[in-house]
Amino acid sequence: MAEAFLYDAVRTPRGRGKSDGALYDQQPVRLLTSVLKALRERNALDTSLVDDVVMGCVAPVGEQGADIARTAVLTAGYDPQVAGVQLNRFCSSGLEAVNTAAARVMAGQEDLLIAGGVESMSRVPMGSDGGALFTNPEIISRHRIVPQGISADLIATKWGYSREQLDRFAADSHRKAAIAWQEGRFGRSVIPALDEIGQVLLDRDEGIRTDTTEASLARLNPAFEAIGQAGLDALALLNYPALPAIRHVHHAGNSSQITDGAAGILIGSKAIGEKLGLKPRARIRGYAVCGSEPTIMLTGPVPATRKALSRNGMSVADIDLFEINEAFAAIPLLFMEELGIDPAKVNVNGGAIALGHPLGATGAILLMTLLDELERTGKGTGLASLCIGGGMGIATIIERL
Amino acid sequence: MIHYRIQDQIAILSWNMTSQPMNVLNDESIPAFREALQKAFDDPGVTGIIVTSERNEFVAGADLKMILRLNDKPAADMFAFSMDLQRLFRSIETSGKPTVAAINGTALGGGLEITLACHRRIALRNPKAQLGLPEVTLGLLPGAGGTQRLPRLIGIAAAAPYLLEGKRLSPEEAHAAGIVDELADSPEDLLAKAIAWIKANPAPLQPWDERNKKGAIVGKDHYSVPGGGVQSPKTAPLFMGGAAQVMQKTHGNYPAPLAILSCVYEGLSINIDRALAVESRHFVKVAQSAVAKNLIGTLFFGQNEANKGASRPTGIPVTDIRKVGILGAGMMGSGIAYVSALAGIQVVLKDVSAEVAEKGKAYSAGLLEKAIQRGKSTREKADATLSLIHATGNYDDLKDCDLIIEAVFENRELKAEVTRAAEPLLRDGGVFSSNTSTLPITGLAEAAVHPDRFIGLHFFSPVDKMQLVEIILGKQTSDTALALAMDYVRKIRKTPIVVNDSWGFYTSRCFCSYTDEGIRLLREGVDPQLIEKAGVLAGMPVGPLAVSDEVALDLIYKIAGQGIKDGALAPDDASFDTASRMVSDGRLGKKAKAGFYEYPEAPAKKYLWPGLADLYPLAAEQPSLEEVKKRLLYRQSLEAQHCFHEGVIRTKLDADLGSILAWGFPAYLGGALSMKDTVGEEAFRAEAIRLAEAYGERFRPV
Repeated sequence: MAEAFLYDAVRTPRGRGKSDGALYDQQPVRLLTSVLKALRERNALDTSLVDDVVMGCVAPVGEQGADIARTAVLTAGYDPQVAGVQLNRFCSSGLEAVNTAAARVMAGQEDLLIAGGVESMSRVPMGSDGGALFTNPEIISRHRIVPQGISADLIATKWGYSREQLDRFAADSHRKAAIAWQEGRFGRSVIPALDEIGQVLLDRDEGIRTDTTEASLARLNPAFEAIGQAGLDALALLNYPALPAIRHVHHAGNSSQITDGAAGILIGSKAIGEKLGLKPRARIRGYAVCGSEPTIMLTGPVPATRKALSRNGMSVADIDLFEINEAFAAIPLLFMEELGIDPAKVNVNGGAIALGHPLGATGAILLMTLLDELERTGKGTGLASLCIGGGMGIATIIERL
Repeated sequence: MIHYRIQDQIAILSWNMTSQPMNVLNDESIPAFREALQKAFDDPGVTGIIVTSERNEFVAGADLKMILRLNDKPAADMFAFSMDLQRLFRSIETSGKPTVAAINGTALGGGLEITLACHRRIALRNPKAQLGLPEVTLGLLPGAGGTQRLPRLIGIAAAAPYLLEGKRLSPEEAHAAGIVDELADSPEDLLAKAIAWIKANPAPLQPWDERNKKGAIVGKDHYSVPGGGVQSPKTAPLFMGGAAQVMQKTHGNYPAPLAILSCVYEGLSINIDRALAVESRHFVKVAQSAVAKNLIGTLFFGQNEANKGASRPTGIPVTDIRKVGILGAGMMGSGIAYVSALAGIQVVLKDVSAEVAEKGKAYSAGLLEKAIQRGKSTREKADATLSLIHATGNYDDLKDCDLIIEAVFENRELKAEVTRAAEPLLRDGGVFSSNTSTLPITGLAEAAVHPDRFIGLHFFSPVDKMQLVEIILGKQTSDTALALAMDYVRKIRKTPIVVNDSWGFYTSRCFCSYTDEGIRLLREGVDPQLIEKAGVLAGMPVGPLAVSDEVALDLIYKIAGQGIKDGALAPDDASFDTASRMVSDGRLGKKAKAGFYEYPEAPAKKYLWPGLADLYPLAAEQPSLEEVKKRLLYRQSLEAQHCFHEGVIRTKLDADLGSILAWGFPAYLGGALSMKDTVGEEAFRAEAIRLAEAYGERFRPV
């Protein structure tokens, strides 16, 4: 079997996903275009050699609809022979794109692909794509489908995570992210977002707050209590009869930030790297996806990580660094507890609580953050994982070269 | 049946069914309505149509007997029937002739659905008129376009309470909600407004319709629903919220409200012509479900039958109860006094002194005051009711009572004493009764001079809210006494069931099987949270441990102790043992703010007492939710079956109604006795045997 290598990785800074965010006036296709252009320019890429551009996008409707990957291939001025495909595995779409691209290289069918994702949550709000899973009353009632915030609170209840624990984790995420920025640890991957006349709109992730503390977070009201008490808690608890109630402990400050952003990773075979004179930065060791109980929904990273490790004959101890998406603070806590992972190895530069979670792009962003940090610290192996709507998990293992 | 006349070139179709107590949609009226409509459609001289009624009501709904009959037919037959009705109502919209519903009175269910298919709804300001779609309360869904036209008319969110809760409206409220277009002040005004509208609107279209290229009226493919379509950002989340609320309320035990949501969700995404078939499919599924059969059979027809006196001995003239004596002005006595006075019966409320009795009368005054505040009564009416209650400490005031109800403490000596003192004051042929929940009537009757005229009348608390009265026959109780007791229960508008004397009678005995199974699960180390949830999710009003606390653990201890003494319970009875442990710890239940639960000061909520884990440590292996639910339900059903076979309860209907109305056995199962039919006789038996092998002989089927 051929091997798949990561040659380069680029992303935009993450902008606040609201109408006051720096990237709000940028069309999503422009965000993605800037990533493709940067990859071409940084690698002096002959784009006619790119087989496909695989991009995750979770609300592929409106201006994110109609295959935004192919659209960006055209707007970036790539060779028109380059194809483009948009895919959606909810929050993991960006990593799913990477895994898909890697698999195609490993299968020996293609040589060079760009994989990543894009989401402008300020312009195409989460949920804009509707979907039977979230709207069909028969499916919702039979499978006890609830919003993710309820599921996250259910996890915190079931595993006994207190509000204080979650807030502490969230405050740490901001502290770690702030240090990472100060030290320029994201510098290799992040390109500034420029407007149409070349002015810098944003050159760092907009959501990091140096003034966030456990005390400031303690003042925030739980975000999902009201909707929970209007019936959704009861629906979820039908599957968890041993719990008397759901404790609502997540809020805007210990959940991932709604953001805009795009990311892309150049993935190819060994031969294409040699041909183009590119130095491979890492090798994809393997990946896994799996389904998990859909009501609690967000526990999937644990079985997905186990599956990815065992398929590759590895154990948790073989991994030097982990990136687990901070969709909600309970998720990394669960991930560390269930897998017995040392917190010092996890999200060392902060995560989506401080940096944001542009749904379609995040998976690819986690992987490049991992890669940058392995290179900075000289460590060998890393694993990125995300929880996924509908009850799924994903994990990808890379090895620095 | 449907009068047809022409006035000003307008066909007026007036419903006037004489074969039924009300105008209803049935096998007679539907063809007649079809014929009348067709006549108007076909007559070139007719420029418009008015649908109205000559009776007090407009159309009260569909005849449930027709639905029950179709219940056992193949699904395709019921679907064909339903589509036939859909096409009939649809023809009103597509005939091209303006059609107005002149709603003179109540329009419920299919009646309201007729009006929704009309181009305009004008309603008479009739204070007695009710408009609504109450199908859901009978386990059904509005199957003649209601789930499609109402949300298309007023929006999905606005229509939800009418579709999902069966909320009823006055004509004025319906006008404010946008369901009725216009109000009229008199029948003449109603007709005049209808005619005027037809003249002004010779070719109306429903908002969800358009004319195609050939000029025919068809449903719009992309009708824009007021307030937003199904997948609109504003409306889409309502379906998750709505489904969750339905599940919170029904725990998935009742299919109708979810099917209604599905009708709206699926139907409002497509044109109405195709959407009506979607509704019909869901209608057939729901109408043919065991749940709908049970709700219509037991709660609708069954309860009506019981209320009419199905269990009353025949051939005995009806007694009009005029004067009732009540001994003991405690909570039960006061409640019985209230419901008796409400029915216009003269009440003598006797306690140890007039002062104590007055306190009992004050209970009625309080309830009447609340009724005035809620606009359900007037000062005048309330005063008249209250004046019927005479509070006294004097036995002599009981003179000439038709019926005396003893409601003193559950103590044989005390009961015997008041019986001896009061019984002689009854009028000739009057009946003495005891409101006991546990003490055998035959034994209590020993204190009476006329044990043949001694009977048990077991009321439930709170008396004004609980619909059931369990009538208990002692060994010597005569049919005449039963007939009189029945006449009284009917007069106070409660539902009577009749049972034979035995330990715990019927309702207390079966109810105890529920709490007892909960306690046994606890003793086995099953997580008490799981036990409580299983009770609620199975459809019981509260968990077995919570309800034990409400009954009071010292009472359970006393009753079970008595049961052991009487030989009705084994000496090692689980409830007795656990209750005695709890009581010895001072945990008497809710009244002591300590029982299976802890009861912190409000607004904090009660929670399971953590000390239970020391008393009954959690087992390492916990049963599934379904298994716990099964144990709680089968136990009750089997106890009811034993009662039936032992002759404690005399009819299946009484057994079912008693279970639902007395202790809240889930109605979707049809009642404690009907549960085995709902599950299927064979399957029930096999499951009971399995449970008996696993958990003990109490599950052995009858």
